[in-house]
Amino acid sequence: MAQVLLNALVVGTTYALIALGITIIFSIMKIVNFAHGQLYMIGGFVVYYFNVVFGLPFWFGLLMSFVIVGAMGIAMELFLFRPVMLRVKREEVTMLLAMGTAVFLESLALIVFGEKQRGVPPIATGVVELFGARLPTGRIVVIGVAALLIVALMLFIGYTKTGRALRAMAQDREATALQGVNLKWLSAAGFGLGTGLAGLAGGLLVAIFAVHSGAGTAISIKAFLMIMIGGAGVLSGAILGGFVLGVLESVGYALLPGSMTFLVIFLIVIGFLIVRPNGIMGKPWG
Amino acid sequence: MAPNIAGSPTGAIAAGLLVAAIYFVAVPLAFGDSGYFLSVITTMAGISFISFGVWLTFAIGRINLAQAGFALIGAYTTGILVSRFGVSFWICLPLSGVVAAALGGLIGWPVLRLKGVYFAMITLCITEACRLAALSFPAVTRGAQGIVDLPLPGDLSIFGFVLVPAFEKGARLPFFFLAGALMMAGLTFMWLLDTSRVGAVFRSLRQNEDLASSLGINVAKYRVVAFMVSCFYAGVGGAFFAAMQQNVYPTTFQVIDSVYFMVYCFVGGLEFVIGPLIGTVLLMLSFELLHEFQRYQTVIFSGLMILCILLMPNGVLSIFRRRQTVSGEKPDA
Repeated sequence: MAQVLLNALVVGTTYALIALGITIIFSIMKIVNFAHGQLYMIGGFVVYYFNVVFGLPFWFGLLMSFVIVGAMGIAMELFLFRPVMLRVKREEVTMLLAMGTAVFLESLALIVFGEKQRGVPPIATGVVELFGARLPTGRIVVIGVAALLIVALMLFIGYTKTGRALRAMAQDREATALQGVNLKWLSAAGFGLGTGLAGLAGGLLVAIFAVHSGAGTAISIKAFLMIMIGGAGVLSGAILGGFVLGVLESVGYALLPGSMTFLVIFLIVIGFLIVRPNGIMGKPWG
Repeated sequence: MAPNIAGSPTGAIAAGLLVAAIYFVAVPLAFGDSGYFLSVITTMAGISFISFGVWLTFAIGRINLAQAGFALIGAYTTGILVSRFGVSFWICLPLSGVVAAALGGLIGWPVLRLKGVYFAMITLCITEACRLAALSFPAVTRGAQGIVDLPLPGDLSIFGFVLVPAFEKGARLPFFFLAGALMMAGLTFMWLLDTSRVGAVFRSLRQNEDLASSLGINVAKYRVVAFMVSCFYAGVGGAFFAAMQQNVYPTTFQVIDSVYFMVYCFVGGLEFVIGPLIGTVLLMLSFELLHEFQRYQTVIFSGLMILCILLMPNGVLSIFRRRQTVSGEKPDA
């Protein structure tokens, strides 16, 4: 059981990163980024290319996964979502646009990266014995880095000027603009931050699991489960949702046959949403 | 264009009959020899039939991504009944719709309480859950191997009088006629529904559920009914594709299909009953035309799709006609 819970911790911390990214985008832009899983996948490939193909250190690749995927997010905000949001009749259009982007990125990835599973060499060797469970050091490093990133992000959102502005924008765009905040710059930056987190999560998990160009949809679905459990648009909910899904998934894989696990999780989540439609931390929703 | 004459019922009916007659006579005459074109058109008709269901859930203000899941349920209903129990396809076709609608009602009742992105996300999960369910119970669904070698539909006869002869092996025309008939029946029913009082109630749900309920409309009942009709379309469509492809796999309908159904509705325009049909024809045709680009096909296609949304965020049909905008909505920019 200790083994299962430790696995849950590994998966949960990285899932929390994914959920945080999608939540930041949702709370400031009211867009559900359906391409989040695809951006995660690209983050994994960025690390693979820098580390394995170009022979550079893993950590440099990880940094680049944040930079490159973040830049992609900024470009998406500037050239896709902004022009459409200015002139649509229905809010659903942005969701559709995100889905179109997801299909585009995935089919592009299939051409550029091919169909093969790609992994990187282990980032640390050795095994640590903890509460009777065996844990490879590499996984501990991943937990540590992911936890560090989450703390850094929460500090950034909570205490820096930009973080405050982001939170203010999530609450009330007009009032924020009246305080002299440049919304155009900020919403692009927020979008980039959200997608950058997806890239980071992908880059981190590629150290444990391999990545392939079709991995995106499954990750997007997991991200939705996390924010539905935690409550859309709430950062603490995203972290909680990530861990809850990590535990459910690890326990499920330990007890149930493969494809059954997520079927059961779906049923649990649907049942849960009947009781609490806004998730654990969510506020009542329009 | 059909939307332009929707104002006068007799004119619309006459135009519709004319289009139907042309479709059923001209297309087989023109493309009867080319099996490829005929099957593309058949697929288009079938897909647009399923998309009508998605359109109806849009009409009540819900973004429905479960359609592929319910189409899969319909496909498996037909697949299992035909292959295991030898039930006639002509019984399975409506029955698949009924099964999908019943399950849709069961799941829809609680799930429809969710709105906006929550509903979109949960229905996406339902589609994925259907695929996983098909994989998880190999005793019933044969798992990843799928149900293969389904027999072709037999003859449909009442009191010895043959209405539809048995489908012949390799013949594409019977499926073309079946898909065309389904599509036109589906479109007619949608049009009748949209112009009826119930259609007005559905639209009122999209604009403001609280206001609708304050007028004495049983919101929960109406939205479940709309969702069940949508699932019925999915189930029948799924059964049709199971019979046409003669096999059912867990991947026959998956998340990406749900997304495409939705895209077809959008590209056509959400304010027009015929929107899903237009969207399906435009996008599937362009997808087929991109065939020669081989592995770049999907990239170019999705690129075009994004471009479509960028340039015409309110649908292709919004160019031809702008319906009087309803309260709370901005007119076209």
